[in-house]
Amino acid sequence: MTPERNIKLTVNGKAYESLVPVRMTLADFLRGELDLTGTHVGCEHGVCGACTILLDGSAVRSCLMLAVQADGASLMTVEGLADGQELHPLQQAFQRNHALQCGFCTPGLLMTAYEFLRDTPNPTEEQVREGISGNICRCTGYAPIVQAILEVSQAAG
Amino acid sequence: MKPVKFDYHAPASQDEALDLLGQYGDDAKILAGGQSLMPLMNMRLVRPNVVIDINRIAGLSYISPRRDGGLAVGAMTRQREVERSVLVRETVPLLASAIPYIGHSQIRNRGTVGGSLAHSDPAAEIPAVCLTLDTEFDLASSGGERTVNAKDFFLDQLTTALEPVELLTQIRIPQTKGPWRLGFQEVCRREGDFALVGAVAMVHLDDSGVCREARITTFGAEGTPTRMGVAEEYLSGTIVNAGDREEAARLVSNALDPISDIHASAKYRKDVAGVMVRRALEQALVRTEGEAAA
Repeated sequence: MTPERNIKLTVNGKAYESLVPVRMTLADFLRGELDLTGTHVGCEHGVCGACTILLDGSAVRSCLMLAVQADGASLMTVEGLADGQELHPLQQAFQRNHALQCGFCTPGLLMTAYEFLRDTPNPTEEQVREGISGNICRCTGYAPIVQAILEVSQAAG
Repeated sequence: MKPVKFDYHAPASQDEALDLLGQYGDDAKILAGGQSLMPLMNMRLVRPNVVIDINRIAGLSYISPRRDGGLAVGAMTRQREVERSVLVRETVPLLASAIPYIGHSQIRNRGTVGGSLAHSDPAAEIPAVCLTLDTEFDLASSGGERTVNAKDFFLDQLTTALEPVELLTQIRIPQTKGPWRLGFQEVCRREGDFALVGAVAMVHLDDSGVCREARITTFGAEGTPTRMGVAEEYLSGTIVNAGDREEAARLVSNALDPISDIHASAKYRKDVAGVMVRRALEQALVRTEGEAAA
């Protein structure tokens, strides 16, 4: 029998309570138990960045945490970005700039960019490139992603 | 489900954690930031029977000035907090300059100072900086406490002086007196990757520009970060000019017996460790030569 724990947490403003096996990663919990499949799982060892979410406001790899560790935490996933049918400015900029092709890396890049722009509202292009260096995209060559993030920062500034 | 089955404990106090460590010893793994342990568990390279999660212990995360001018850092302090700390930048600028080289921002948001030290990857930045700064590590067990200097802490790759029942609770970085000049260099294939090899340089020049003391550390080359005594002795008494820096680099390359792996050959690490030392010294000396030119 795998040991289990009861956890309570908030995801995108909604409260959840769940009994989880202690060895379940947070990424698998979000996808498999809460059906929030926007968070993608790529490498599962912290290299690709696809599973990046916000944990109490900080961008972290959800594959490198156990679900049980999120007990009491407030999470934000890519599903929490849009306001109803209204896409978040970052999502709109990604769309305008063709900053995605297959879309696999997009949730992680959006969450990384969300934290990055909150902490660095007026970045240089070099800062943007460094800011997203922990997120791997195999389609776009990054230029449109960088452009989209810069566009949002300039619109806000 | 990726990791193997294990029992999970999240003690609320350090005493409770030490009792658990005393009980399980080698069967247990301490889960700090999880940025090294979780990948190893996801790949089942590490298969603990018991995981002791120390994230719920209050009071292991802090950065405080010490009366002697040094700094005390709690083992669970996140690397991102160290990176953003004005106190660290002002009192231990070498540590501040090394932190951004660790992984990526998302890794540093979770990764801890103590976790990096206890894991002791040969290419890790914090161990190399702590070795250069003569840092002292406070270890606790249910039987008591002891202090180990960085030079006695790193035994081999992924192996430290920590006993299975011990927990690293705090590091104490002594004040480095005098006008130290600092350099930190590393080479990796992509931003945020593990360093293939790197070097730390601290140079203390007197008023006439003569080196009173030099500290040189390489990392990523051998199983642990290594103080390069041969180069330190050579540099002492010189004015650390271009020829001196070149000679220090040559001495370092000759002295090292590096590891060969899929990422780089031993010969590459040997050669590039010298280059890193030369560049770290150049970085440390920039101010001096700027002054000389003016």
